Amino acid sequence: MTQLATPTTPEVKVATRRTSIPEGLWLRCPTCEKTIFRKRMEANQHVCPECEHHFRIGALERVAQLTDPDSFEPLFTELRCADPLNFTDLKPYNERIKAECARTGRDEAVAAGRAFIKGRPSMLCCLDLTFMMGSMGSVVGEVVTRSIEHAAERDLPLIIVSCSGGARMQESGLSLMQMAKTSAALARLDDAGGLFISVLTDPTTGGVSASFAMLGDVILAEPKALIGFAGPRVIANTIRQELPEGFQRAESLLEGGMVDRVVHRRDLRNEIARVIDYAGK
Amino acid sequence: MSTTYQLEFERPLREMERQMEVIEAEIAAVSRDDNADVSKPVIELERLRDKWRDELDRLYSNLTPWDTVRVARHPRRPQTRDYIGMIFKDFCELHGDRRYGDDPAIVTGFARLGSIKCLIVGHHKGRTTREKLACHFGCAHPEGYRKALSKMQLAEKFGLPIITFVDTPGAYPGLGAEQRGQAEAIAVNLREMSRLKTPIVSVVIGEGGSGGALGIAVSDKVAMLEHAWYSVISPEGCAAILWKKANEENNNAAAVALNLTAANNLRLGIIDESIPEPPGGAHRDPEAAAESIRKWLTERLRDLKRIKPANLPGRRYQRFRKLGECSQVESEQEVAAVETAG
Ligand SMILES: [Zn+2]
Repeated sequence: MTQLATPTTPEVKVATRRTSIPEGLWLRCPTCEKTIFRKRMEANQHVCPECEHHFRIGALERVAQLTDPDSFEPLFTELRCADPLNFTDLKPYNERIKAECARTGRDEAVAAGRAFIKGRPSMLCCLDLTFMMGSMGSVVGEVVTRSIEHAAERDLPLIIVSCSGGARMQESGLSLMQMAKTSAALARLDDAGGLFISVLTDPTTGGVSASFAMLGDVILAEPKALIGFAGPRVIANTIRQELPEGFQRAESLLEGGMVDRVVHRRDLRNEIARVIDYAGK
Repeated sequence: MSTTYQLEFERPLREMERQMEVIEAEIAAVSRDDNADVSKPVIELERLRDKWRDELDRLYSNLTPWDTVRVARHPRRPQTRDYIGMIFKDFCELHGDRRYGDDPAIVTGFARLGSIKCLIVGHHKGRTTREKLACHFGCAHPEGYRKALSKMQLAEKFGLPIITFVDTPGAYPGLGAEQRGQAEAIAVNLREMSRLKTPIVSVVIGEGGSGGALGIAVSDKVAMLEHAWYSVISPEGCAAILWKKANEENNNAAAVALNLTAANNLRLGIIDESIPEPPGGAHRDPEAAAESIRKWLTERLRDLKRIKPANLPGRRYQRFRKLGECSQVESEQEVAAVETAG
């Protein structure tokens, strides 16, 4: 029964399977299984030109897709992972972090800053799945919280794009507390009348979905994105039966009343701007 | 003196218990004869009892984190309903979330702590097989979290302080739980608890498993019983992912690495106090454990009563706001370098 209580287990496993797009001029789309020309896919906002499969993208690519050219001003970039528990599993956490930095050219699983979205000043915060599965430790929690506070102070609409396996195990209880911290910050933004648009992308699970990601005033989701608390594998193990078709996918969450809109990546920028026009200050 | 269920690390106690039983039987047999001298075996028995107590103390003051998890899961460890019975008077249970159902994995209701009227919220694991199944072993569904929140909002409305007991391996990972919005239910609890204008105090009495635990623990003051655990994931779950396999050795290592004990969480500022348990753990003397909890709750609620309810959310925010540890890149050059690289 205790294995039940491992919401982070499957997300991580399920997610690792398709995190990175293999190198090469051509690649095979995991949905339609057609061989597609990489440049064509990339020029199409990392969406399969054949079947609309949304490939996973890093935070900087996301920022580029959503913001007006040259308008993104990064914030809180001075924060780094401190390995507060001096955590070691098969490999020391600080070595994992170093390896992730070297591999991705990033320094943590988040990018935040002020930007214009179709001319509308905004506070944008994007999780980065390419770095440690987008997991939330102290740095991600702090950057998300500061983004929320910054949006509240400056009366900016807040947009957080989530993609994460959940809370980061290597910071244990401190990662868990980031869930409370970010959610409490959102209570204050809400009290101040601020707008929070939460964008859920593949995958948004565990401690991220069970905190700020599901607290948007308006929640948008990318097509077919996996969204849930526990990962599909843990659930399948618990109930010992196969999961229904489309379970935990954006479309079934829409049907179940859990998200406001499922939005194609090419329309995301327009849709965000539209919501800001209705609900922003 | 012996409990029916013994943990592996308690093995050294078994031999002594066997010896004591032999002597007790001896005394019983001999004492049928009025003239028999039983002083010798009685002294021996006393000596063994002292030795047993010392050994028990020694074992429980040197628990490994993984053994702590085992104590926290002991089948006879007192649960929320046990503490409600021992600590409070006139428990008036309130059921249901008014939306979907009544989750027995979370118990809510009015009660009196001495002269203090309050609202209780707690995970409940269940004792009998039937109860355990109904409670999903303390793993709550979204309707459980929503029930907790609706009753807490009731407490705020009527100016009652809230006491929560945390004891869950985690929120339930199932089809219905997901479809009814497990993530949303927990998230909303985190947000709404942070701004309730009434005092909230929490005690992790057994297992504090991840978001399912935190979902009723965004509180002004949080304590853990000495042998409870509180972490982002269970040691087995962590071992299965990071050590690639959950087994005795890896679970041990994960339990250490996760810093899940009361002492660890106190050092990290995640909890405010570790409440000592009676010798040999809460399951050996539930009344004593209950008394320690009662005392802590009473004192904390007395402190919090001095604070204007409207000021509580701000203070609670600061409590959680400061949690987490990052380092900072000092020079602007370094930041610039990183930005260009990114
Ligand atoms: Zn395709």
